[in-house]
Amino acid sequence: MTRHEVLSPIPGVFYRKPDPDSPDYVKPGQHVSAGDTVGLVEVMKSFYPVEAGAEGTVVDFAAEGESVVEAGQVLVVLEVES
Amino acid sequence: MKRLLIANRGEIAVRIIRAARDLGIETVAVASDADRHAQHALLADTVVNIGPAPATKSYLVPEAIVSAARDSGADAVHPGYGFLSERAAFAAAVADAGLTFVGPDADVIEQMGDKVRARQVAAAAGVPTVPGTPDGVADVAASVAAARETGYPVMLKAAAGGGGRGIRVVADEAELVAAFPQASGEAASAFGDGRMYLERFVRNARHVEVQVLGDGTDAIHVFERECSLQRRRQKVVEEAPSPGIDERIRAEMTAAAVRLCRQVGYRSAGTCEFLVDDETGEFFFIEMNTRIQVEHPVTELITGIDLVAEQLRIAAGEELGIRQSDVTARGHAVEFRVCAENPDKNFMPGPGRIAHVHLPGGPWVRTDTWLAPGSQVSPYYDSLVAKVVVWGHDRATALARSRRALSELVIDGVPSTTSLLLELLDEPWFADGSFGTGTLEQWLAQRAATGVSA
Repeated sequence: MTRHEVLSPIPGVFYRKPDPDSPDYVKPGQHVSAGDTVGLVEVMKSFYPVEAGAEGTVVDFAAEGESVVEAGQVLVVLEVES
Repeated sequence: MKRLLIANRGEIAVRIIRAARDLGIETVAVASDADRHAQHALLADTVVNIGPAPATKSYLVPEAIVSAARDSGADAVHPGYGFLSERAAFAAAVADAGLTFVGPDADVIEQMGDKVRARQVAAAAGVPTVPGTPDGVADVAASVAAARETGYPVMLKAAAGGGGRGIRVVADEAELVAAFPQASGEAASAFGDGRMYLERFVRNARHVEVQVLGDGTDAIHVFERECSLQRRRQKVVEEAPSPGIDERIRAEMTAAAVRLCRQVGYRSAGTCEFLVDDETGEFFFIEMNTRIQVEHPVTELITGIDLVAEQLRIAAGEELGIRQSDVTARGHAVEFRVCAENPDKNFMPGPGRIAHVHLPGGPWVRTDTWLAPGSQVSPYYDSLVAKVVVWGHDRATALARSRRALSELVIDGVPSTTSLLLELLDEPWFADGSFGTGTLEQWLAQRAATGVSA
């Protein structure tokens, strides 16, 4: 097993859920495919979905929901079969 | 009106502070934690902190704004554009606090904000709206009958839908009969309501809007603006007068806008938006913006009227000081919106700190901005950083001068759309004004496909 870090494509505000009333896109322990959305980054009123980028299991959120993130910052950590 | 609170940020807050100062009115800025050192906060006489950086926790909290106004001793509130500017409940809360709202009454905002009610008001004022079915149609037979009335091509929309979902354009009756059950079925499963709304589809449309001023009794128009150049329904370039309408349409459209304002007893500056069918010359009312707009400076440059100052005077209870016969238009003005976005990376917004900025100036060039060296372009707010507005005695002169002005603009530290705006000025269809609401997106798609934007 190896770690795969999902990085923020842009600087902005990270969200774990599509809107305040919805559940998180993913939870720790959940299996995801490469194309699955694991979060959103909002920058200047535009929203950019963040894809897992690899198939694996969610281990941890590295960034808090609604926190300001930099481009390239780790958002979510996956464990992938290697 | 002695002390005005500006419930906004960015260039429009700066613009309003300046108008207030010209009228001898003191100003109170509101600033989130992210905007402590922003230009509007530095310029105002007083600043009140209204909370954390996200707009939903500061600029969009009516209670925070109303208490800031009360605590700072303001007697009026100007909402600017965006944020709370068209929320009827906010206008009501300001009035309930015993303060003057710089804008129309809450019930007018509510009425014009509701598309169905706005259509009814337009009909009552004898203003044409896009031919269509005011109520949803339930089945194929009803839709065919309705389409015969409106004329083809027809746009099918889910009555319960929104956000552009489930829209289909059909060219004739055969296509309608085929598309209706499918579209209606999709609507039923997506929204639990299969009723469809039918509207004439205007193939070559222009977006032209009329600026109005009303004092509750009288209303005048201040000519029109052409706003067809849009990307994702966001305006990019606006100009006045419209190069796409003739004197007949101008006269009819401005008269229609004034009738609409009188119909609702409109009080403040406002804008009636129209869709113009470039093929038939017909125009249809779409909606009314009950606030000052981003593109108001082009109207100011051709008429010499300070629209924000007029808003403040009307809000203070004065009657319209300008008669229709006093309003004359001279020359041509163009506004370019400069955003902190990278046009070569699919317009990805780029927040950051401004290292260096040089703003265009010189004869007949106005730059409305909040940028200064050291300004922080925050990820929390809109990407609009400057508006370059240029006047010329005719359109060709205005465009030539625009090239000079945009070439002078330097913004270091964040990406900007300046280079794209300059490229646009070289396009023949822009130079001769032969464009519609779809032209800019088509050009951008073509530009991306030919690899100009690598």
